[in-house]
Amino acid sequence: MRLPTLVWKELRERPSAMLTSGLTILLGVAAVVAIRHVTVHAEGEVHRQLVALGANVLILPSEATLQDYYAADQSGKTLPEEHVSEVFFAGLTGVEKVSPKLSVPATFSGQPVILTGILPQSEFKTKVAWQSVSMFAPKKHEACQRAKSLTAEPDEAPEALAKNRSIEQLNKNEILVGADIAERTGLKSGKSASLFNETFQVLAVLPRTGTVDDGRVFAHLHTVQRLAGTGEVVNAIEIVGCCEAAAGDLIPQLRKLLPNTKVVTISQVVQTQVGVNRLITKTSWFVLAVLVTIGCATVAGAIAANVRERRREIGTLMALGATPSFVSRMFLLKALWLGVGCGSFGCLMGIGLAMWLGPQWAGVAIQPLPGLSTLAVFSASGLAIVAAYWPARKAASLDPCVCFQEV
Amino acid sequence: MFRLENVQKTYSRHGATVTAFQCAEMTIDAGEYVAILGPSGSGKTTLLSLLGGMLSPSKGGVWLGEQSLYELSVTERAKLRRELLGFVFQTFNLVPYLTALENVQVPLCLAGISSNEQQERAALMLSRFGLTERLRHKPSEMSVGQQQRVALARTLVSNPRIILADEPTGNLDPESRELVLNSLTECHREGRTVVMVTHDPVAAKRAGRILQLIGGELRDQGDAYGRRSAA
Ligand SMILES: Nc1ncnc2c1ncn2[C@@H]1O[C@H](COP(=O)(O)OP(=O)(O)OP(=O)(O)O)[C@@H](O)[C@H]1O
Ligand SMILES: [Mg+2]
Repeated sequence: MRLPTLVWKELRERPSAMLTSGLTILLGVAAVVAIRHVTVHAEGEVHRQLVALGANVLILPSEATLQDYYAADQSGKTLPEEHVSEVFFAGLTGVEKVSPKLSVPATFSGQPVILTGILPQSEFKTKVAWQSVSMFAPKKHEACQRAKSLTAEPDEAPEALAKNRSIEQLNKNEILVGADIAERTGLKSGKSASLFNETFQVLAVLPRTGTVDDGRVFAHLHTVQRLAGTGEVVNAIEIVGCCEAAAGDLIPQLRKLLPNTKVVTISQVVQTQVGVNRLITKTSWFVLAVLVTIGCATVAGAIAANVRERRREIGTLMALGATPSFVSRMFLLKALWLGVGCGSFGCLMGIGLAMWLGPQWAGVAIQPLPGLSTLAVFSASGLAIVAAYWPARKAASLDPCVCFQEV
Repeated sequence: MFRLENVQKTYSRHGATVTAFQCAEMTIDAGEYVAILGPSGSGKTTLLSLLGGMLSPSKGGVWLGEQSLYELSVTERAKLRRELLGFVFQTFNLVPYLTALENVQVPLCLAGISSNEQQERAALMLSRFGLTERLRHKPSEMSVGQQQRVALARTLVSNPRIILADEPTGNLDPESRELVLNSLTECHREGRTVVMVTHDPVAAKRAGRILQLIGGELRDQGDAYGRRSAA
């Protein structure tokens, strides 16, 4: 028998005495680990979006509020479609693509989906050709390195919609389906499907993006307008600028051009998300502080109570030759195990919780973060030891004469 | 072996000072069997604690051999107890969550002896007390007499030179009482020093010398036949 055996036997004898403090550590670690996992991944996601959509500008109805870039067209508010042509023919510098969107709720194969109308880029080209000269067409942004003019490079495959946020060709009887919907309905490209009692051809299944786009069905803008009976309106116009600088310059011009709309850059949208994330992060530190305080207090309380009720046992061990350091180690080790055991379990729970709720609440897929998890378990254990320090010291300085006291 | 000089232990409570124990001089020789008799509250336990290095006197000094006990640090005194002293308690003081075997292993565990040797020695000691069938029993699963036998086994397993017993028969039936007293006599015969605190004059008669404690003051009563010790 060794000191750890002694501690283990005592702990096993009455685990209920440590239940509250164990549970506090467990839930505390779970909460912190879950929150940190979500915020870390959400920050990563924001960064990814910022890189992917860096140069984009959104034109929205003036009343629209904006939380999520990918869901910007789902506010229910509309703009006249003629704004699309106005932007297109204003000859603004640095505009690479103009893609209007109109989203309506629909039922698809018995499932509720978002039906989103988009305008293929080819229609703009036709217009440009019809205008015969590109004098009205958007001008190339001179300073831009990766500049490519609107008419130069076509989007490749229809699947590119997921990444490029625009499509080259789309007939009025064709649709594109998001990854989630394809999975649920088993649809593949080339098959036909019914929407609003009309038959459509599936042009492509879009690759998974991890955004609301996975749950959308895309169709031609004018088809959606006709099916939903909305008239010639759109929810949002997304303008892909050739570069960040161009997007920045576009804002004042677009505001002047379309005074009754809201013009925002992606970075503005993302900034609000960054702000939300910062708030969550701050809150999570606050939660952490509260949990640490409560956790330490309960551990200290539980160990102190343990010391009190084991006074005679401690006195007896001292009479048998236990040194003060042996006695204090008995309680510190107990606290350490509590921290490691409940901390690890809480950590696993937190990761599980984050992986389960992250996609639903923050729209991000969560991968376990080993560094963060290890840190959480280490901190929980360290704090448990710190909390148990004073009660353990008290035990060590106990008068061994208590062993002679009758119960 | 033990020497007390001008020892006084006082407690101050709410302004009033209580003298729990005092004595001008006292010696207990190596290999002696001493009984300390006295009514309740007379300071018997206080004396035993002083001898055991567990209670600093308010005045005076306690020597164990050539060593002044209370000049040692708390840790050094703990080590000394581990090596030299064995305690027998009135209430046995077994560790409730440990089995009989594990309880007897505790002093060996504290002395840093290997687990295998701990088990061997503890089992051997328990078998000497007729408890071979009870190795895996917890104190709550044993009779009072069996518990005291486990406690005795725990005291003796580390082979201490000195036994300090506080009312070892106080809680026992006549048969168990006899067993405990016989064990202490046996210890004495083996050459150990035995100091037994009791308020039972019959038990005290087993000792070679009886010290009477009255109101915190020590008087030498001589041996069971009224002979006073030379000291
Ligand atoms: N920690 C303490 N604080 C205050 N007074 C104490 C303390 N310990 C003992 N005393 C007092 O010292 C005196 C002697 O106590 P002690 O326990 O030595 O008596 P005892 O002879 O062992 O009695 P009993 O036979 O009842 O066990 C008592 O009057 C007691 O009240
Ligand atoms: Mg007493």
